[in-house]
Order: sequence, then structure tokens, then C-alpha cells
Amino acid sequence: MNYSLMFRLRGYRSRLQGPLSVFLGLALTCCLISCSNAKSKPTASEEKTTNIEAAKTVPEMKSYKQKIPGTDVRFEMVPVRGGVYGMGSPTTEKKRKQNEGPQHNVKIEPFWMGKYEVTWDEYDIWTFNLDINRRKVKKLKPSKQDRLADAVTKPTKPYTDMTFDMGHDGYPAICMTQLAAKMYCKWLSAKTGHFYRLPTEAEWEYACRAGKTTAYSFGDNPKKLGDYAWYFANSDEKYHPVGKKKPNPWGLYDMHGNVSEWVLDQYDPKYYYKFGKGKLSLSPLNIPTKLYPRVVRGGSWDDDAEQLRSSSRFGSSKEWKVQDPQLPQSVWYHTDALQVGFRIVRPLRVPSAEEIKRLQLVPDNVKKERD
Amino acid sequence: MSHQNSSSTTRRHFLKTAAVASAGVAVLPSPALTAGAFSDGDDLIRVGLIGCGGRGTGAASQALSTKGNVQLVAMADAFGDKVDKCHHRLQKQFGNKPGRVGVDQDHKFSGFDAYKNVIESGVDLVILATPPGFRPIHFEAAVKAGKNVFMEKPVATDPAGVNKVLDAVKLAKQKNLKVGVGLQRHHQYTYRETLKRIKDGAIGNIVTLRCYWNGAGVWVRPRKKGQTEMEYQMRNWYYFNWLCGDHITEQHIHNLDVCNWLKDGFPVKAWGMGGRQVRKGIDNGEIYDHFSVEFEYADGTRMLSQCRHIPGCWNSVSEHAHGSKGYANLSGVRIESTDGKWRYSGKRNNPYQTEHDDLFAAIRKNTPYNEGHYGAMSTMTSILGRMATYSGKPVKMKKALESNMSLMPKEFAFDATPPTTPDEHGHYPIPVPGVTRPF
Repeated sequence: MNYSLMFRLRGYRSRLQGPLSVFLGLALTCCLISCSNAKSKPTASEEKTTNIEAAKTVPEMKSYKQKIPGTDVRFEMVPVRGGVYGMGSPTTEKKRKQNEGPQHNVKIEPFWMGKYEVTWDEYDIWTFNLDINRRKVKKLKPSKQDRLADAVTKPTKPYTDMTFDMGHDGYPAICMTQLAAKMYCKWLSAKTGHFYRLPTEAEWEYACRAGKTTAYSFGDNPKKLGDYAWYFANSDEKYHPVGKKKPNPWGLYDMHGNVSEWVLDQYDPKYYYKFGKGKLSLSPLNIPTKLYPRVVRGGSWDDDAEQLRSSSRFGSSKEWKVQDPQLPQSVWYHTDALQVGFRIVRPLRVPSAEEIKRLQLVPDNVKKERD
Repeated sequence: MSHQNSSSTTRRHFLKTAAVASAGVAVLPSPALTAGAFSDGDDLIRVGLIGCGGRGTGAASQALSTKGNVQLVAMADAFGDKVDKCHHRLQKQFGNKPGRVGVDQDHKFSGFDAYKNVIESGVDLVILATPPGFRPIHFEAAVKAGKNVFMEKPVATDPAGVNKVLDAVKLAKQKNLKVGVGLQRHHQYTYRETLKRIKDGAIGNIVTLRCYWNGAGVWVRPRKKGQTEMEYQMRNWYYFNWLCGDHITEQHIHNLDVCNWLKDGFPVKAWGMGGRQVRKGIDNGEIYDHFSVEFEYADGTRMLSQCRHIPGCWNSVSEHAHGSKGYANLSGVRIESTDGKWRYSGKRNNPYQTEHDDLFAAIRKNTPYNEGHYGAMSTMTSILGRMATYSGKPVKMKKALESNMSLMPKEFAFDATPPTTPDEHGHYPIPVPGVTRPF
């Protein structure tokens, strides 16, 4: 089955502003941007006072820094304009695997994506109630949004330290299950008032490619990979602080390597065969029906160059928690997945409550399946 | 499914353990509580589980995943609900391996004396996985009854308990019983290889050791209406010393034990400081949230240790050795010395499974196997650190053991009074350095 995120395409054909329009040249002909309220471009002085996060239309979409309320921690979001691209790898690509084909055309709606992988600085606020602890110490009252966020389920405390001594401040969070990553998004949405979720697999690859059709967003030559990514050859067998390598053309860091990133989809090696040849698929998502395997993307510090290719796909596995000595094993931690983290997106169009539930954006409806 | 297998495997981190769990499964006659123990030539090892929490259930699952004929035949926990949950979980886990879980309703026991019922159920081996305070009592009873034992760490919470375990270890050796202790790093290939290299001189003479279990803390089980004080403490056991030993004993023992393993000995003296700075809620009982302890071995080598249960701080669960010609990260399995750099690149295993594989293999081959002495002495190392911290005084190992100090209650019953009780606000007395005596 090919589940699709069907977006109502109201509005009008929009000319994209700025350098992003170049790479979307091909896509423009069929790229309709959902936009209910056309607004003129803000002036420079207006822009200073405009709440950039409050953008409602594509032209308004800008990079922004979001402070997590009640903390000193910020994260950065980068706009990714909608468009069409060929998902998967061509049969001619070196080191490709069968699960990356057949290549098919996919249409993506606009969203913002985390400039970096989610770091421990951000993630631990949710896991360990660091915002709540701070309020208690400083005797501060919770805001309305704090109260909403406080009510989101928190994971159990991990028995051991999940950084495994590889670094904390500024380093990517790892070892979480997909459920935990989704729940973090739910908490962050409540906390900030904006809808954040994991990317779909199609969105992830679109953002990783950043308009390129080559194996990596910088070309086909894996010898240049060290400039852009942490992987087995240069990682010293551990993850690294986010944002230390070159970004991709859309300003996203560490899409190749460092840590693999959770997306929303169920992993199915034959999923791409379900797309009709020559047809355009709208925001595809393989809605999960079982716990394993689910998709992670991008490859990691523990992978070789070919696994960092834009089209490379990975499925999660029960073995990712083989060293959790408790039974039942935790639903929150993949104690053995030291290579897995995630990155968040914020779709421009906020989905309805019905869509959130049906598409299992946050959290998961799949009946709890224990190991 | 070749797609999936190749996709979920990273360059080096994948553990080649999946095969272990599915190895050598035989269909067993059931029920198995018939005459003929393992030692009589029957190849079936009958297992009894005492302590049915998450770790006990995990340990039982690992025991039942060892090679050869093995069956769980009896279970016990202070709480009947824990027994039922654990039984259900294991039945589900081994649903496709008939005979592995052969516990009928008559062999599910609950209450403080339930361990005796399990020991009397014709078992060849018992798994001891209750809160650690009970371990000495259970271990002694199992050894006296001639049972092989797998016991979780720590093996006691006080010197009296450690002494009891040390005596039972001697008896177990006399009786040729096999004893495994859940300090699984001893069965982890990375540690084994790294420690071997250091012992072979990779960093020269060891000058100083450091180790840490700095983390965010663990679960809390808040008081529920209708619970007696004893039931509350038994459920929320992590926060009461007679049951848990404080986190320096319950968790940090792993790291202290690695240092002891490397030194082939145990500290003779300790100095420490610590307190209860952040975690002091109504359901956080009497334990501290941080310790910093300096231990001294007989040859004068010092081991620096920290453990903390406070979220949002620098965390590390690790061990390190500094030598006359280099440095070794024992948990990070790296060595840097004047000879150059080395990093472990061999096979990785799941030590929680291997510790059971090794114990069961020793039982089947009847080879000597007893981890009880170092299990007890590493437990005592952690207790020594706790005594030094609570009192603020230097404490000697010999004197601490000789004190035979006991934290345990006089009477075990849900309506009995535990060794510590709360004031009218629900707060428990907290150890005060400079006032509290070491023993």
C-alpha cells in the first residue's frame, strides 16, 4: 500500500524567493505551494520585529533559532521549500543496494528541518525534567505551555549513562527508540507551541540530497566525504559534536554520518516497488504497523562511506537492545544503538488531529509490542 | 530478509549474539519435577528463580537461553504480583521453546520465606535476584542445600552480610558448587582483553586508578495508600540501605570491581565525602545522591571514585588506569603508552548472556567455577566507601569487616518494623558526616 499525505492544494502558483529557487527550477512546474494568505515580503525593519517562527507562508519561511522556554538551550531550524525529486538511487550508482530502488518521483511539501541533529542538551531537558527542576530551584511558576509540556509522558530513567562516555554538551543524543524520539517531538511541540515531528523518509532524503542527484550532496566521490561527515574512517569510533563539518547546499549539517537519524516510516526493503512508474507520489509515508524494523537514515560514525549515501536505507532491529538486561526491555532505549539519533522537522502546514493520529506522527498507535 | 539484516548492521557495533539465544533447543518432557537431578546424570538443569523483578526475569531468560537442556521449574518473590508478571513474560518469551518454562501454579511462591520453597523444589541451580539485602540469607540457604547459584550483584548491603557470603563461598567450594556473580564485565570480551594487556605490562606499573558511575539516577516507586511501612520500603527498595546499600553499592560496585580485578586485590582503606544535595524528595528514602571516595590498596596505590545520581551534570560510567608508561581507558577499551596506541577491535559479545553460558558450561563439564569471593569483596569495597562517606572518617577494610555491622531488620514480615522509619513528615534520618559512626 502506498499511503500518502494528501495535502489540499489551495492557493496559487508561487515564485520562490532567493537562491533556493535555483535548485527548484525543475521542480517548479509541478510544485504548488500551499498558501492561504499571501503576504507581501516584509521590509527590513518589519523583519526585525516579525516573529520569524510564526511564518504561515513559504515566502515567510526563514531560518530561525528557537529557545526552549524555561531553559538556556536553543536549536536552529532551516527552511526546506517544497519540491519534486527522484527518491532512491539510479541503478548506475556505485555501491547502491536493491532496497534503494526503483527510483521514483516524489513531491514534498515545505517544512523546516533541524540544522543539526538533536543534541543531548535539548534531549535531556525532556528526559530528566531539567526545565521543571530549574523552575523548582528558582521558584518560578510554570507557564501555560510549560504545563502542557509537563503532561507529556517522560521516559523511564536509563540505568546507565547513555552517552557511553563519548561526550554530552553539543553532541548528538543517541540510543533512543523511535517511540522516544517521537515523544520528544510531542513534548517540544507542547513546549514551543509549534508542531514538530520526525521527518518522513521521503522528506529526509529530499533534504539530504538538497537538490542533487549524486550519491552524496557534494557529488559522487567518497574521497571528499571527510569534509562533510563523520564516518568509520575518521570518527575514531565515536560520535562528534554536531555542526563541525561542512553543511549540505541547503545549510543542513551532518546529514551524512555522525549519527543515523530516525524517520517516521516502517522499513520495507521493497517499499519503492509500490510506486507506479512515472507517477508522482505526494509525500509518501509507510505508516508503521509493527515495531521492527523502522527506518533510520544517513549512516553514522560506525558506518562505511557507502552507507552514508543519500539514498542508503537502514532498518531498526531488536538487536539494538540486546544488552538491556531487564525483562521486559525498555520501550525507551536502544542500549546498543550507539549510532542512532534523530533530527526534527516542522511542516509549514500543521496537520489536523485526525492526520496526526492516522499517520502516527506523534506518538505511535501500534499496539505495544514487547520483545 | 537479507535486505534487513545488512541494513541494521553497522561497521563494528553489531553484536554477534543473536545465534546464542537460539542455540541447542531440545523438547523436554514436562513436568520435570521428577527424580534425578542434573548431577545424577540427567542432562536437564532445573532452575529456580528467587526475585522476579526486571533483572530477575532477564537473568532467567538468559539462563534459559544457554545451550542444552534447561528448565525453569520454580519461582519466588516477596510479592505474588511480581511472580505472575514474570511468569507471563517468560512464557511469552519462550513460547516457541516448549519445556523451557515449566512452572506450574504449585511452584509459584510469594512472601519472605518463599525462597525456601524454591530451594526445596528439586532445583539444580537458583538465580538470586531480589534486592541485595536478602542475598546473604538466600545464598547461604542455597549453598547449605547443595545448589549451584547465579546471584546478582551486589551480594550484600552490610559487613555482616558480606561475612555470611564469604563463609558460604568457602562452603560452596568444599561442596564443589558452581557460583556465578552478576558482575558481567568479567565476561565481556572488551574488558577481558584490555585488562589482560595491562596486566601484561602495556602501561607499565599501575600508578593510579579512577572510576565513575555518574548518572541521572534510577526509578522511584512512590508510596501507595494501604501499604505498610515494610511493604513500601520493599517496593521502593532502592532508597533504603538495608535493601539497597545506597547507589555506591548497588551500581558503582561494577566500576570498583573492575579496578579490583585489575589490581588483583581489594582496598585496605577508604576516605570519602558525599551527601544528599538534590535528590531529597519524599520518596527518596535515606540514600545519598553523590559520593567521592579515595581507596587505598595494600601496596599504596590509590583508586579515585565518584558516583552521582543527579540529572543535568557531567556523566560517565567508566574506569581508567594510569601507569608508569601510559594510560588505559578500561571501559573505552583504548590504551595509549610510550609503545603507541591500541584499541580493541575484536569481537564484541553480550556479557549478560555470556555470564550464564560460562556458568552453565562449568556445571555441565564440572569444572571449578566460583565468583563468590571477588563478588563479596567488591561488594565490601563499595560498603567501605559508603561507611567512609557517611562518617567522614577514614575506614579500614579489616575493621569494617570485623565490625560485622548489620543493617537488616530483626523480623521479616509485612507488618514488622523496618530498620528505619519516617518522622511525622515522612522523612527518614539521613547519615550526617562527622556525626554518623562508620559502624
